[in-house]
Amino acid sequence: MSLGTSSAPVASLPRRDRSGAPDPSRRRQAIGRAVRSRLSPWLFLTPALAFFAVFKFWPVIWGVYLSFFHVRPYLGNEFLGFDNFTRAFQDTDLRAAVWHTVLDAAVSVAGSMLVGFALALLLESPARHVRILRTAVFLPAVTAMVAIAELWGALLFPGRYGAVNSLLGTVGLGPEPFLASPDSALWSVMLVQIWKTAPYDMVIFIAGLVGIDRQLYESASIDGAGAWQRLRHVTLPSLRPITTIVLTLGVIRGLRVFTEINVLTGGGPGGATETIVTTTYKAATVSNDAGYASAVSTLLLIATILLTSLTLWWRNRQEAK
Amino acid sequence: MSSTALGLRAPRRLTSRRSGRIAVRVVLYLVVLGIFVVPLWSMVSTAVSGGAPQLGQVFLWPHGLSGFNFSTAWRFGMGRGLLNSVVVELIGLTLQITVSAFAAYALARKRFRGASLVLLAILATMMMPEEIIAIPLYLVLGKISLLDNFGGLALPLVGWALPIYVLTGFMKRIPVELEEAARVDGAGDLRIFFRVILPLSLPALGTCAVFGFLMIWDQYLLPLLVAQSPKMNTLTLIVTSLQASQEQGEGVRLAAAVVLMVPSVLVYLGLQRLFERGLLSGSLKG
Repeated sequence: MSLGTSSAPVASLPRRDRSGAPDPSRRRQAIGRAVRSRLSPWLFLTPALAFFAVFKFWPVIWGVYLSFFHVRPYLGNEFLGFDNFTRAFQDTDLRAAVWHTVLDAAVSVAGSMLVGFALALLLESPARHVRILRTAVFLPAVTAMVAIAELWGALLFPGRYGAVNSLLGTVGLGPEPFLASPDSALWSVMLVQIWKTAPYDMVIFIAGLVGIDRQLYESASIDGAGAWQRLRHVTLPSLRPITTIVLTLGVIRGLRVFTEINVLTGGGPGGATETIVTTTYKAATVSNDAGYASAVSTLLLIATILLTSLTLWWRNRQEAK
Repeated sequence: MSSTALGLRAPRRLTSRRSGRIAVRVVLYLVVLGIFVVPLWSMVSTAVSGGAPQLGQVFLWPHGLSGFNFSTAWRFGMGRGLLNSVVVELIGLTLQITVSAFAAYALARKRFRGASLVLLAILATMMMPEEIIAIPLYLVLGKISLLDNFGGLALPLVGWALPIYVLTGFMKRIPVELEEAARVDGAGDLRIFFRVILPLSLPALGTCAVFGFLMIWDQYLLPLLVAQSPKMNTLTLIVTSLQASQEQGEGVRLAAAVVLMVPSVLVYLGLQRLFERGLLSGSLKG
């Protein structure tokens, strides 16, 4: 340790230093080492931080800035003050989009959790055939949303001969218009979302189920608890922390919904499935109003940050209890 | 074995109607298969069929095995899209893993002033989902000439909090003694990173690779904004641009969707263990 051999490999100095006068050079060396060890973590962090800075923080700051302008390519931006925001709050189309987004997030998150939990109860077993089944059931979760939206777009064909409708027909139901009607389009999108997300929730719930102490079940049985009571008093309370996580992830995912909507309905029919992100997308591309799109994005970002911080804070408080 | 499902089922010796329960279970399994697997299966069957079913219909079983749907999709740019997606994946994933591993090393193995600030910054990026900042990001990409090129398709995907978290958590558990031994032998930070820490972190790197692969492969909104000329279209854009038609039915677009699905499924099946571990560690730590 006394020699300069423990320096970072980038430096070429140590070799020369070693032959120098003992006292000052060793001090210089020590300072060099201290500087290097101070600097080293930052050198390792710089690439990641640079990417975050350019592709996350800069857009966020730029988006907030543009929110105050009427963005006009070639003509120069015109300062509007809070006009974009006041417009956002008065925009009835946006209000409808917010409502669709919130409804969609709530229903699809709750739906996937329920279905995922049921799947977890059914498919939690170390047996080989169940494991294979679990792997198969998980396939929708790894498949790209675009592929799934295309598939369901075909299956939910509104005519009597559509795949799902002909299935419904055999039990005397339908035909349903699904994505083609403003009344059912959003609900059809939710079904597709639940279909894709439930298997994902299943895996997380299974991890929670595996972690439950089996003795709790046994002692509950000895105390005369039936299956329902064991579920109610042992399983559900033990899963509470994991449920919070699934919920948090789900709500964040819900607020940013875009892909499935754009592929399945494009926001239609008649704006019935327009969400916040499809609204900003159209404002920026179709109506070429980047300032307004930025203002709406900024508001959505604030909502996401508030919601996430709130759940994180809530979870920490629960854990502290 | 008491480790059957959940303990919801009573211990075996108490059940007198076991075969009835098994029958119920098998029926439930079939229902689950019908709901979650049969749709995907029918997509593949339809894609590889020769004849096309009517609009909105799919084949549950292939009708005359044929590559016709795939070759038609190929004529409409699927080859180009596939190539572009692969290039974006290569650039994006390589950089994402490299950059994340470097950052994780500093966060896991070094004590320095400002570490908590860095962690806070990374946490903050988790609250800026891609879709939500997409429009401002698009405007920024326009300023730095990253529209309509591979840079714009791949670089915004490099900085991602998840692999940094997964790798930091993993690297923290590597014993300090290994690092100190190398340091006594005269190794610097870089050499320790490459010779000691990285080789030991291979499982976590694999997990990150699986997640990174899927995250980049599934991109839709970013290419939608960035790819402005047809030659930059990625596979997801090609899939959505194909329309069902009276003559070809659903076959062609489902064939393209199958091409989009297969790599993800292969990665998942091949690296399932790594995948599930990541899913849990990633979600449990938030």
